[in-house]
Amino acid sequence: MSAVDQKEEQANSQVWAAVRTILRVMFPIALALLAGALLLMVLGKDPLAYYGYVVKRGLLSPTGLQASITRMAPLLLIAAGLIVAFRTGLWNLGVDGQFLLAAVCVAALAPVLINAQVPAPVMILLCFLVSAAIGAAWSVVPAFLKAKHGINEIISTLMMSFLGVSFANVLIKIPFNDPTTTVPQTATLSVADRLGRLGDTTIHWGIILAVGVVVAVHLMMKRTSLGLKLQIAGSNPRAAVHAGLNMKGLTYCAFAISAGLAGLAGAVDLLGVHGTIRADWNPAYGILVIPLVFLARFNGFAVIAFVFFFAVLMIGGESAARRLGVPSFFVLVLVALLMLFFAVTEFLDHQRRKKGEE
Amino acid sequence: MEVESAPKSDSVISLSGITKRFPGVLANDQISLDFQPGEIHALLGENGAGKSTLIGILSGMQQPDSGSIRIKGTQVRINSPKSALTLGIGTVYQHVLLIPSLTVLENLMLGAPWWRACDNAGTKKRFEELCALLATELDPDVPVGRLSLGQQQQVEIIRALWHGQLALILDEPTSMLTPQGVRELGGVIRRLRDHGVAIIFITHKLKEAYELSDRVSVLRLGKVVGQLTPEQLGQMSEHEVTDAVIGMMFGLESAEPDLEETLVGDSSLSHDIVQKCHDGSPLLQLQSGSTNGKIGECPLIGADLSIWPGEVMGIAGVDGNGQKHLAEVLAGQRPLAGGSLVLDGQEIGKTDLIERRKLGVRYITDERLGEGTANNHSVATNLVLKEIGQSPFWKWGLTQNAVIRRFADEKIMEHDIRTPSAQTPIGRLSGGNIQKVLLAREEAPDAKLVIFNKPTYGLDLQNTIRAREWIRQGAGAHSAALVVISNELEELREVSHRIAVMSQGRIVGVVENNPTADTEIGRLMTGMDAA
Repeated sequence: MSAVDQKEEQANSQVWAAVRTILRVMFPIALALLAGALLLMVLGKDPLAYYGYVVKRGLLSPTGLQASITRMAPLLLIAAGLIVAFRTGLWNLGVDGQFLLAAVCVAALAPVLINAQVPAPVMILLCFLVSAAIGAAWSVVPAFLKAKHGINEIISTLMMSFLGVSFANVLIKIPFNDPTTTVPQTATLSVADRLGRLGDTTIHWGIILAVGVVVAVHLMMKRTSLGLKLQIAGSNPRAAVHAGLNMKGLTYCAFAISAGLAGLAGAVDLLGVHGTIRADWNPAYGILVIPLVFLARFNGFAVIAFVFFFAVLMIGGESAARRLGVPSFFVLVLVALLMLFFAVTEFLDHQRRKKGEE
Repeated sequence: MEVESAPKSDSVISLSGITKRFPGVLANDQISLDFQPGEIHALLGENGAGKSTLIGILSGMQQPDSGSIRIKGTQVRINSPKSALTLGIGTVYQHVLLIPSLTVLENLMLGAPWWRACDNAGTKKRFEELCALLATELDPDVPVGRLSLGQQQQVEIIRALWHGQLALILDEPTSMLTPQGVRELGGVIRRLRDHGVAIIFITHKLKEAYELSDRVSVLRLGKVVGQLTPEQLGQMSEHEVTDAVIGMMFGLESAEPDLEETLVGDSSLSHDIVQKCHDGSPLLQLQSGSTNGKIGECPLIGADLSIWPGEVMGIAGVDGNGQKHLAEVLAGQRPLAGGSLVLDGQEIGKTDLIERRKLGVRYITDERLGEGTANNHSVATNLVLKEIGQSPFWKWGLTQNAVIRRFADEKIMEHDIRTPSAQTPIGRLSGGNIQKVLLAREEAPDAKLVIFNKPTYGLDLQNTIRAREWIRQGAGAHSAALVVISNELEELREVSHRIAVMSQGRIVGVVENNPTADTEIGRLMTGMDAA
């Protein structure tokens, strides 16, 4: 075979690989949308109308697109934290508690700082730091149990999450309650005190922070010694011990980064969008983001794409649900179908590769 | 050697023209072999000769690309491990595949269909039948984890014979056994042969093949390159058999002495050992070292060890007598619970692993995949695994990929590591090449203490010779104290200046490596001197 032929073949195989990667993503999405359409038909709804609304309201209308992008900010921050934890082999499933508790504390802290005439940038910085610290603090117990006694963090983080959500409600209803309102909620921040908007849009600058954090986390995992240490600890803990890595320290560190970013997501969502938190409000972003992080195979850039796709689905789905009378959690059904078909595609791809190797 | 005259009946399993291709490799190339009932048939060959593939095909794990398998004359397809078992072909693998927390009986019931109730009485009856056949006594109600490795292997044999006694395949069955265990296994295999089972016995060790088998087939590069029939074996001396087999294995006219020595394990060919002079203070001194062990581990109990510069100290003993803890204590991977450790005049018992590495301590673990490497990371990353965060490979915490790549390429050249590139995940490399990566990683001219735990375990001949040569030459260091832990006495006899014997977490004696060392070591190992 001549050198030219070889080059051509190589180029061909590269094109092939790219095509296959795209197919591997598009194929399950198509299947999930198809299966979702069948379900909608069973419910007696017009699937084309539903998907049409999702695209129109979530992506094509200016307000919808802005809402979708705004929604990405907390999701991306949570995802960034999960990438670190999952790559370290720690299944931090308690992000919802970490998120909510941090958000509630910031909701109480921000008005105090504003009343004390603290300049806005300092106020925001302090809120960010406190939220990250509170999120991280809520992970100390599972981290300790894991590092010291090897107790499975899936259970302990979930339990801490339930506790965190309940405790957040206690805080809203008793110490942080705004007495001027009838429903229990924290004092409302005036729009002027929230995160600044980008130009004429309704998007706050938290999204830039969030994208920056995802990229930073991605680079940290790929390009720094800490990232490599965390990865080794995740892929083979015994090799990490053999190489003299401080497993306990790494466990605390990964938990702190992951939970700290979940807490930061709480502050960004509160300061950027809501301005107040009502009792019993729990968006459960964490549980939604976890599958996306898996689908993205812990890759930061892929996470951004998946989160965008999902935010459009969420925003468009809420609107479509109202108009067509489909339950709003039908979006979750779509995500579940997506997971299912991704898993099936992954499995088939794996089988095919295994066959190729034999 | 006593030759069992094989019954003249037709062969029980007959392979013809078996071919199996993997990408880039012709693993089995037109293999035709016959296995007779009541005969122990040894398959010999280097790593990569195609033995494992052939076993995979016989046990239903893999399908041949072409060729046919006949059982008692009828052509069959063995398309799953289950169908192999149903046909009466059982396989015992190198590593035990039993569930340690379940009892012997429970392990044996695992293969039954899920919808059928556990048939305790029936299982017990068959178990006792097979125990009688093996002439062994096992308690069916004891958890497998409490049995010795030899006993666990007997359970494996029982499981392999469960559905029929047509043929039994043993894949390197002696590699994890004590000498005593090997003798017992030999007895079991001969009994089974006398009951008409066709035994297929895979081994690296020529001596075992010679002692145990009735027929020897040699594989090389996927082909059967020769066979010694029972008649031929009966007429040849051990030395002649060795010569003939080595010739076939390597395609040589006559065997190189080095190869022969390693294969046969003949320590009379051992290199001349000049004892190091013991003037001055030892480089390494462990005094009454003790550790805490979990259940099932053997801790160190007051172990003493002194090694002088440039000296190779072999550690002999039956597996599980504290060797692992000794290695980890020296390397800094496990804290000393009591006693002191002095290296080059400095107490290092309290220092951690990273600090010890800077002081010149190197450790080549026996668990190459378990803890030695992160197997989905690249060869390059694994070469710097113990230096993460340190200059020149990292600056301000940032990975210097170019520096790491250059370092890795150098090591790959220098140590002849066969890998497509430095970026290939290390898990794709063969065992021998993974070991080369570990040796390269632990190479340091100014090392003071290098610990080898089973340095040639699972390696093929060429790599075994290479690793032993590496140790004999001081492991790339100028005058380090070397500790070599092994359960192969020939290996220790070949590389060490002195040999310490471990038993029950203690060092029960240290002998100089001279021609009479064997008996003394044997006496120490069996505990006859313990008083």
